[in-house]
Amino acid sequence: MRVLVALSGGVDSSVAAALMTEQGHEVVGATMKLWGGPSDSGCCSVADVEDARRVCQQLGVAHHVFNFSSEFERDVVAPYVEGHARAVTPNPCISCNAHLKFDRFWQRARHLGFDAIATGHHARVSGRPTGRVGGPGAGPWHLRRGRDAAKDQSYVLYMLGQAQLRDLVLPVGEMTKEEVRAHASRLGLRTASKPDSQDVCFISRTGGRSAFLGDRIPVGPGRLVSPEGVQLGEVQELELLTVGQRRGLGPAGHIGPGAGPSGRRYVLDVDLVQRKATLGPLAGLMVSSLDVGGVTWVDEEPQTGEALQVQMSAHGRPVGGHWEPSPLGDGHGRVWLVEPVRRVAAGQAVVLYRPDPDGDLVVGGGTSGG
Amino acid sequence: MPWLSGAYGNPSGHHSVAAAARTALDQARDVLAGALGTVPGDLVVTSGGTESDNLAVLGRALLAPGAVVVGAVEHHAVLNAGRAASQLTGQPLRTVGADRHGRVDLSELAKALDPTVSLVSVQLVNNELGTVQPFADVAALVRRRAPRAVLHTDAVQAAPWFDVAVLAEGADLVSISAHKFGGPQGAGALAFRRPVELAPLLHGGPQERERRAGTQNVAGAVGMAAALAAVRAAAPREAVRVAALRDRLAAGLLERVPGSVLTVGPGVPTAPGHCHVLIEGVDSEELLFMLDTMGLAASAGAACASGAMEPSHVLRAIGTAPEAARGALRLTLGHTSTDEDVEQALEVVPRAVASLRSVGASPGPLARRSA
Repeated sequence: MRVLVALSGGVDSSVAAALMTEQGHEVVGATMKLWGGPSDSGCCSVADVEDARRVCQQLGVAHHVFNFSSEFERDVVAPYVEGHARAVTPNPCISCNAHLKFDRFWQRARHLGFDAIATGHHARVSGRPTGRVGGPGAGPWHLRRGRDAAKDQSYVLYMLGQAQLRDLVLPVGEMTKEEVRAHASRLGLRTASKPDSQDVCFISRTGGRSAFLGDRIPVGPGRLVSPEGVQLGEVQELELLTVGQRRGLGPAGHIGPGAGPSGRRYVLDVDLVQRKATLGPLAGLMVSSLDVGGVTWVDEEPQTGEALQVQMSAHGRPVGGHWEPSPLGDGHGRVWLVEPVRRVAAGQAVVLYRPDPDGDLVVGGGTSGG
Repeated sequence: MPWLSGAYGNPSGHHSVAAAARTALDQARDVLAGALGTVPGDLVVTSGGTESDNLAVLGRALLAPGAVVVGAVEHHAVLNAGRAASQLTGQPLRTVGADRHGRVDLSELAKALDPTVSLVSVQLVNNELGTVQPFADVAALVRRRAPRAVLHTDAVQAAPWFDVAVLAEGADLVSISAHKFGGPQGAGALAFRRPVELAPLLHGGPQERERRAGTQNVAGAVGMAAALAAVRAAAPREAVRVAALRDRLAAGLLERVPGSVLTVGPGVPTAPGHCHVLIEGVDSEELLFMLDTMGLAASAGAACASGAMEPSHVLRAIGTAPEAARGALRLTLGHTSTDEDVEQALEVVPRAVASLRSVGASPGPLARRSA
């Protein structure tokens, strides 16, 4: 097979490329240049591109850099910024997967006549690619959690459809992170002990989210009020508050009656029109169902009342629940949970899994309506 | 190459091995100075075109602060040296636009010139398009409107083909780079054609008449001189031969690749080796990948620090629409290019374009799914 491997410059994608080479495939490595601005982690820095290139040199495979920075700005950064301006917090890594890795990159592999693409994600795809990227092929393909539960990344892949699964190889999905690092060490790859990337690649640790957004959207003060409407305090940057947030609320976060038994208040709601955020005890955040929109299916749609697992953040604990589609059939619906969970900020991904002894299967997912 | 083995002397030393190196360097300097229209003592050997451009632009601006005027289609070595000069001196950087063929806009240049201007830098030949600049007109304008200004020209792209001493008539400072005419990488020169005081960028010993400290790259200078002598000797014949190859390549591409246009219009003088086309509906990053796998090395613009291709500042400056600039393809022919190379390009490029187009645009798997 002729495989285009997406290398971020990290250890997982390095080993993915190594494994594909060892299996005798014709491998070409490629790194996407996504972000042109300052970055201290993530997949976009020159140092990371250099690591990817050096790994490819060691493996004896060609390496290319694809400049997708204008698409990244348009499809990931702009929606992220624009979301915050209307109290929605999209997960940029998921938009990046949807628009860059599994769309733009997939398109490129298809144009260049590759038979498959491979990435370093910790997840598993059943079956093997069969022919050219974008070509016909019989499924169904299944997407399963990675072998290493602690490193599983199937959550950020929920948007994949059959069309991509048929072209996708995830070579490290059957390995634990330790095994991945051990393999990289055995091969002497320079990325063997490189730390895992953290956080959002285009937001630097020094300035943080607040500096990044503050430069791009109008940010202004707002009132902090109790659910009864009693004024508790003020914040300078209302746009930067997220539902569920506890830190950074000042004295309003813990003083006064109604702060709950822990004596702490959480952000229950952000209202940018009335310039206020409602604070209250944890109990005020707990919900037993979630409104989900923009749902896409990886696998067979859930049956009525079928017991599923629901995951609401990248490394969050899954909770039992079931899916109730909207009668309109418009990709909206409601997830009912067997136990109350903290409400998820609007824009966050909600992913449904079908329990399976060999590793839970991703059924599909969408974004929380808040 | 004896200058890297037996005759491995420091040309500033006082023993016989050093003398051999010194002689070799002096002889190289004679050749280079002759070709660039100056005297051997006024030729500074550098590490390449970038250093030569920086020494000229930054060195002049630091010694005689004043406005710096550069063309918008200059090489980054000039553009960024101009930016640095402006930042360091607090004096303005004036960037002069170009017409749609890449020629500096003379009326805009005239407006940018005044007695406060300290340095003007305009290339002889554009590195991406091959367009030959109307340098005599530039020089005349500068003399008339900016009497204090030093006129620098980046002749890096011109040196392989033209008699720089003649084409750069009117320039005070001339940059060249060895690897553009078959010499070694990491060697270049800045020729002083009139007495110009510059602040050195490298401080240390008194080499190069105190204009560039550091032991000279003897092997590089010798290689550069030999290569320049060789291309100069072959130039008139080679220019005709390569221009004919290029014309055949350009005509062939236009004929065999539907939706392709030449970036530089007919009748505009260009360097013989440059062939720049815009191809509709293909992405040059994808096209270059395909061409590379088919054994053809081509280019589209400049690369950034990560190695990714950047949208060309030259195409932007000449007003090419971003959509059209996406399909830029630059093929350059050199002294080693042959009929077979052109045949190969004319076979491979249309095939690569057709292959990319046959796959066609697709809304993408995700778009299809949610539709």
